[in-house]
Amino acid sequence: MPMSDLEDRARKARDKKAALGTDVDLESYEQEASPHSEIEDLDLLPEDVRKAALNVGVSLDTESGGTYVQVDQTPIHVDSNMEGIEFLDIATALKNYDWLKDYWWKLVPVDQDKYTADVAQYPPAGYFIRAKPGAKTVFPLKSCMYLGQSNLNQRVHNIVIAEEGSELHVITGCTTPSHVQRGLHLGVSEFYIKKGAHVSFTMIHNWGKEVEVRPRTKIHIEEGGSLSNNYVCLSPVKTLQTYPTAILDGRGAVASFNSVLYSNQGNIDIGSEVILRAPQTSADSVSRAVSVGGEIIARGRMVGEVPDVKAHLECVGLILSDRGRIYSIPELDGRCGGLDMSHEAAVGKISEEELEYLMARGLSMDQATGVIVRGFLDVEIKGLPESLKQELHKITQLQELHGGA
Amino acid sequence: MIGLLEIEDLSVSIGGKRVLKNVNLKVSEGETHALFGPNGCGKTTLLNTIAGIPRYQVDGGRIRFKGEDITDLPMYERAKKGIGIAFQHPPAIRGLKLRDLIKLCNPQADADDLLTEMDLMDFADRDVNRGFSGGEVKRSEMVQLLAQQPDFVMLDEPDSGVDLENIKLIGKAITRITQKDIKPSKRTKSGIIITHFGHILDYMKTDKAHVMIEGTVICSGDPREILDEIKKSGYERCAACLCQI
Ligand SMILES: Nc1ncnc2c1ncn2[C@@H]1O[C@H](COP(=O)(O)OP(=O)(O)O)[C@@H](O)[C@H]1O
Ligand SMILES: [Mg+2]
Repeated sequence: MPMSDLEDRARKARDKKAALGTDVDLESYEQEASPHSEIEDLDLLPEDVRKAALNVGVSLDTESGGTYVQVDQTPIHVDSNMEGIEFLDIATALKNYDWLKDYWWKLVPVDQDKYTADVAQYPPAGYFIRAKPGAKTVFPLKSCMYLGQSNLNQRVHNIVIAEEGSELHVITGCTTPSHVQRGLHLGVSEFYIKKGAHVSFTMIHNWGKEVEVRPRTKIHIEEGGSLSNNYVCLSPVKTLQTYPTAILDGRGAVASFNSVLYSNQGNIDIGSEVILRAPQTSADSVSRAVSVGGEIIARGRMVGEVPDVKAHLECVGLILSDRGRIYSIPELDGRCGGLDMSHEAAVGKISEEELEYLMARGLSMDQATGVIVRGFLDVEIKGLPESLKQELHKITQLQELHGGA
Repeated sequence: MIGLLEIEDLSVSIGGKRVLKNVNLKVSEGETHALFGPNGCGKTTLLNTIAGIPRYQVDGGRIRFKGEDITDLPMYERAKKGIGIAFQHPPAIRGLKLRDLIKLCNPQADADDLLTEMDLMDFADRDVNRGFSGGEVKRSEMVQLLAQQPDFVMLDEPDSGVDLENIKLIGKAITRITQKDIKPSKRTKSGIIITHFGHILDYMKTDKAHVMIEGTVICSGDPREILDEIKKSGYERCAACLCQI
């Protein structure tokens, strides 16, 4: 499809509201970002960016297979130091590789809604990752999206390609410094996981109280490929809506989604969808949500299109305040016989019995609540390298989580 | 000897139902008592009320511990004062590792040592009580109490669902917690144990026993004597006693 076609479709979808989530007024955000200068040496990274990155699990001091840092619309640093792994900013990648067109807006429709359309209408910023056939990352690739300009509309478009038999681990932290209250983050991500490849993608969000967030993610998985997708958001945000979709398009493909949410205000609408399109594919999705005042809509949808597939959904929520709301929507769509699909959903308060158990050991009500909530959020995650597992564990456990009134 | 725990005319209801009626009981420092009684007579209710679980509503009477009235004290403060309990049906806690809970019971405890002692090393990094067998749950209770080292320990059927081998292990742990392994004059720890079968009593010492029927303690005396009587003729004779008071 020629680029002009994309532009045309984007233009037509400019006012198209999204199917889910509250509507964002794009006009109320700054369209142009001030440029930043590139930084060769990570040691010269501004301290506030480094700290913010650390808070979203991206430690820039430890070993990694590559690093990408984007401040507002500028990729200020990209490095890649692993054989067989390419890590570039997307504009450069599009310039270098003509074939990248075949992956550009091929999974996420450019006219899906006004947000995808908006991203398409501006010069692209984001990262490009490609693992060559058989290449394996020992250390995770780290990327940080930093929204530092108040009231900016930050647009991101990432492409990740895992060629046959490769293995990729990516962690992306998205964050704003505390002085940025208002902002918008639009992020399009397209993942191509080819035959027998494995990708783990871990995203940690830490936004400001007045930031709105609309990621748009699609993942295509071929025969024998697998995905472990992890999402963590434990800090307040004004509105956030995301609904990544994975398509299991070859025999034996596997997708696993985990999300961990903690909200004390605002509106979070997050879910995931898996289309099981080939035999012997399987998917599971676990969502753990805690509300101490915010509204969380936790969706999960599994679509079984052929026989001999397996899918399980788990949406569990804890409400710790009178103001909180958790709306859990697990959906199973079986379209033929011979499927094995199930779900469990539960929303409630902390069990009195568990609280009493810990209080009998000398913990105060607040301490006991904290221990139970932290345990609840500490999701067992498969398919992650040990270092990332520990990073995630640290993040979910270090947060100051308060019990509601 | 000082009455470490003194219960006076205690009446308790749960879910609007009166379960305990004018219970009187005294456990002195260094003593461990056994509490017998048929299912549903209120044994668990008594221990949980002493522990301070808010669902158990005290309608009358009081509980004194170390000379202080603790009837209205919050649960965790009672724990801090030295009251410990092994629950009859402990809950599982998702995401909390047994090793970490031991540290919460007592930051100074050597978790590995205690886990080894209770033959629970393989469970150190598992979620507390999750998927544990009946016997494993009971040993998990003991390992927590070994860490907590309460001055007054309440054991609610620590031997139910436990095989003979492990009853021995649990009995040894109780002996240590209640200081029955040291000279009587040196003992300061006390306890109360609920048991139906009494096997556990082969591996630990009790100083006194009580029988509870329909929410009242109706008889107290030598543990062996009372247990033998119950084994011989059930609780019928005790119930007959109840009619006489
Ligand atoms: N939550 C509750 N609501 C109403 N009744 C209860 C509750 N818990 C226990 N009971 C009742 O209280 C009585 C005493 O129970 P319990 O103390 O557990 O007995 P025991 O430990 O001696 O077997 C029983 O009749 C039981 O059914
Ligand atoms: Mg009982």
